[in-house]
Amino acid sequence: MTDPATKRPEFRNINAFSDLPTYSLPPAGWVSILHRVSGALMFVLLPFIIWLFDKSVSSEFSFAKFRAAFNVGVGIYPAWFINLVVLALIWAYLHHLIAGLRHLFMDATHSVTKEFGRSSAIFTLALSIALTVLLGAKLFGLY
Amino acid sequence: MTDKIGSKRLVVGAHYGLRDWMAQRLTAALMALFTLLVLVQVIFTRGEIGYDKWAGIFSPQWMKALTFTIFLALSYHVWVGMRDIWMDYIKPVGLRLALHLFTIVWLLSCLGWAVQVLWRL
Repeated sequence: MTDPATKRPEFRNINAFSDLPTYSLPPAGWVSILHRVSGALMFVLLPFIIWLFDKSVSSEFSFAKFRAAFNVGVGIYPAWFINLVVLALIWAYLHHLIAGLRHLFMDATHSVTKEFGRSSAIFTLALSIALTVLLGAKLFGLY
Repeated sequence: MTDKIGSKRLVVGAHYGLRDWMAQRLTAALMALFTLLVLVQVIFTRGEIGYDKWAGIFSPQWMKALTFTIFLALSYHVWVGMRDIWMDYIKPVGLRLALHLFTIVWLLSCLGWAVQVLWRL
């Protein structure tokens, strides 16, 4: 292994609180980090997702419990908290799905220009938020 | 066979980079198609969806088997993704290994629970 001709600058001890907020991410950067955040969120909440699936399909009785979780809460968790968590899961799923399809599209068509990266990132952010608002309104019984 | 490409790069490893990259995309495509399948069934169900219609989507044996396969795909997909996250942010080897172990236990436990839910239905 040979050393590169010019030494690249190294940045160490980046402070998460004083340095990171000064960084300005381009739209594709936001899609990227939110892809991670949404994935990690769904990983942490996976038992809750399976609990919801369990209650919704197991029996008429458990289905009633599933419904009640959204209307009166379950255990120590009030209904508004369950609804907020489910809303976060809806966003996480939509963002992760759309950002993932963006990746697949880029892989399949070799769409790797800077302009496409930017426009598709804005499209991803806008569509996932719009669909979250739409489904969130349904979740909270607005229509 | 040479193990060097160019003068600056030493190529080593078990090539699991490509395998994981490919697996991540194949499992993702599978899950996206499954989402579409469930969504279509929900959309084309007549009338309000109560317990019977919802559970009816998952009750045929082929749908249970398919949902199980999707869960396997999901587990592998999440393993690759979470491993990437731990490798990027967690530097102490002991802690990272512990988190890898936690991820495997978490995912296999969820998988077992999902299997039970599916074939009890």
